[in-house]
Amino acid sequence: MNNELSNPDIPVPSELQSAVTITSLDKIYNWGRRSSIWPMVFGLACCAIEMICTAASRFDIARFGMEVFRATPRQADLMIVSGTVTKKMVPQIVRLFNQMPEPKYVMAMGACASGGGPFKEGYNVVSGIDKFVPVDVYVPGCPPTPQALLHGLIKLQEKIDGQSLKSVRWYGQETSEAVPVPVLGPDLFDPRQHALLAQQAGQVQENTESVEK
Amino acid sequence: MSDKDSLDNMPVNEVASDSLVARFDGEVRSDTREGYEGYIVDANMLPEVASVLRDDLGYDYLSSVTGVDYIDDNHIEVVYHADQTTGGKGINLKVQLDRENPIVPTLVPIYPGADFQEREVFDMYGVKFDGHPNLRRILMWDGFHGYPLRKDWKEAYYEEDIKPFDSRWPGGGVKRSEADNPYGKNVNYPPGFDINNWTPETDDSLYESLEKTNSNGKSLHTDSIVVNIGPQHPSTHGVFRMVVALDGETITDLQPVMGYLHRNHEKIGERNTFLQNMPYTDRLDYLCSMSNNLGYALAVEQLMGADVPERAQYIRVLMAELTRISNHMWAIGFLLNDLGAFQTPALYAIRARELILDVFEATAGSRMMCNYMRFGGLARDFPDTLRGEDTVKFITDLVDNTLPKAIDELDHFLTANEIVRSRCIGVGVLPPDKAIAYSTGGPLLRASGVSYDLRTADPYSIYDRFDFNICTRSNGDVYDRYLVRVDEMRESTRICQQVMRDIPAEGEIFSGKPQYSVKVPAGESYGRVENPKGELGYYVVSTGKANPYRYHVRAPSFVNLTVLGELCKGHKVADAVVILGSIDIVLGEVDR
Ligand code: SF4
Repeated sequence: MNNELSNPDIPVPSELQSAVTITSLDKIYNWGRRSSIWPMVFGLACCAIEMICTAASRFDIARFGMEVFRATPRQADLMIVSGTVTKKMVPQIVRLFNQMPEPKYVMAMGACASGGGPFKEGYNVVSGIDKFVPVDVYVPGCPPTPQALLHGLIKLQEKIDGQSLKSVRWYGQETSEAVPVPVLGPDLFDPRQHALLAQQAGQVQENTESVEK
Repeated sequence: MSDKDSLDNMPVNEVASDSLVARFDGEVRSDTREGYEGYIVDANMLPEVASVLRDDLGYDYLSSVTGVDYIDDNHIEVVYHADQTTGGKGINLKVQLDRENPIVPTLVPIYPGADFQEREVFDMYGVKFDGHPNLRRILMWDGFHGYPLRKDWKEAYYEEDIKPFDSRWPGGGVKRSEADNPYGKNVNYPPGFDINNWTPETDDSLYESLEKTNSNGKSLHTDSIVVNIGPQHPSTHGVFRMVVALDGETITDLQPVMGYLHRNHEKIGERNTFLQNMPYTDRLDYLCSMSNNLGYALAVEQLMGADVPERAQYIRVLMAELTRISNHMWAIGFLLNDLGAFQTPALYAIRARELILDVFEATAGSRMMCNYMRFGGLARDFPDTLRGEDTVKFITDLVDNTLPKAIDELDHFLTANEIVRSRCIGVGVLPPDKAIAYSTGGPLLRASGVSYDLRTADPYSIYDRFDFNICTRSNGDVYDRYLVRVDEMRESTRICQQVMRDIPAEGEIFSGKPQYSVKVPAGESYGRVENPKGELGYYVVSTGKANPYRYHVRAPSFVNLTVLGELCKGHKVADAVVILGSIDIVLGEVDR
């Protein structure tokens, strides 16, 4: 049986070793999850092309059990944010993230998704998706090569290996909160910053009033 | 011979120039500014001049519409580039408008291809196109504050007008722009914006503007519904959205909505130095970075008058044609995806494309973002070996054997396929006159029987030395677009074979000495190439400074989308997906 799974402290009689393995619940649970991560079909920009190449002939993501790309967030475990996150697009990304069932993971692929990348200064560009949703793995590069993306996926597998049923948030008591969806106004507006925005506007008002006086 | 010489020697269309100025005495003037050419037209005369240009002088193809903000002269200029589909050099018209209240008559009735481009100028500069059928923002969302490409509009992370910013180099070090922003994000609100008394814009007016059927009088009652496809949808080739009005399953109207990948290429490009823009061009049509580089290099070389050495010219053509093959491979593979042949043909296509990427990676250093061309040559020569083989041998083998075989293989499996034929033949038909009127380009135009390809219509680089055909088909449907792509791949391998036969074995690949910041004389230039998707043009205005004053990209995918709604009307929803696939768009270029 699978050596990764068996617990070396508990001996199994040699005649049974090909049929029986003794393991912990955490281990087999994580083993199942890490070997069948379903990413969402979700391409944003140039990085998405390398993501497709990773899934295609030469690099073959199926070796990791991840070839099942799903077009709906409801069936996906992993959102690979593959490209520049723009203000116009970010409400949709957050909504997609909210629609994914737990356990869910987010990977920021490339410079843009990680921190804005070459277009960071642009007026329609968000400085990294982690300004809105929590990110598990960052993959550097512009675009990351398929090898780099695979490395990122292996890192994600390692992260999953380290999780325990006892402490994971999706079996805990608390309900997980949806991330508030940003709104497009005169500029992008994050509902979590409502108070700050109101206060800033107030300050501007005071300043102009005092100038007028 | 340099590119500049070859352009100067082209017969300038004297007839056009004389008759335009003579016919519209006082209303049309030659543009006499240093480094500029073309004509300045009075705004109210524009439609009349454009009709004459189209009907009497044969400039039937409006390739580009854009704006420039000359803030010091207090006017905004709208620049039109027109061409003859019979070939030759283009012509440009300019209209100068007051910055406070820029209004100009629309050209949509004369050149329907101006539609989206005028909307873009409205979005970016606030120019009102009087009579435009649907003048709303196109790249940014309705309700966004300000007109971003105006010179006095500053983005949230604004630091200085010209790079490199002092805070980074040479004076500074690492800095995070978020740290200086009160919200810790890339946002900035107009003064006095009160969040508590504000309601967001909705899409209602967009939905209402769609043409719907009413079922009165029909024997079977059908509902009219509006469906959003995208921006997150596996068949939209990226973050693209189509708003579709349906009668049953038949499309009555379709509006493309874009801007979800608008990365402010042009605003950033005006802050960058000339050379810094080169890697950004890679990210326009990110499947074709090599030919994007070429177009931009040509535009700046025109201004600089730089020479390109022989060997570099050949390598440029080789790279541009390999790019065409890899692009068409991709386009065909994913067209089949859209048809429902999920993934298998795409896997074959990607396998062939990977070999081309090997060449790019070994020469330029990156699979996709090549950043390979320079003003006056190339960044580096071929490496000695490629995947353990002699480079020349590898490339020769690739273009002589491997690629032709891969193309034959696709052809063999797909062209006669019953399902491909029944889903593609007669779908999304674009008649030739409409194809020209809508300014479409590339395989989309040539599949409609219009033999217009810049490689022969207005030759650049050294394309005049090679023997190749311009591929056309006559039906203008999805199937013909597919066939044109297959034919073009074959022609491209022929060009590559000739390059490998004729290329000088040794020689310079760069003229002059490499430098960080190049000297570009003041003036304007419009450099263009026949990209795999159509005419890719760069309109560059220099004032003699280190950065371009204006840097505009005429993106083929963006302009080709203008006709999408027309093509889809009357078809089923599933066909819209295929028609979109047959236009072959890349969102990096559509939204820029
Ligand atoms: S990181 Fe680079 S390759 Fe990836 S989306 Fe951004 S610009 Fe494109």
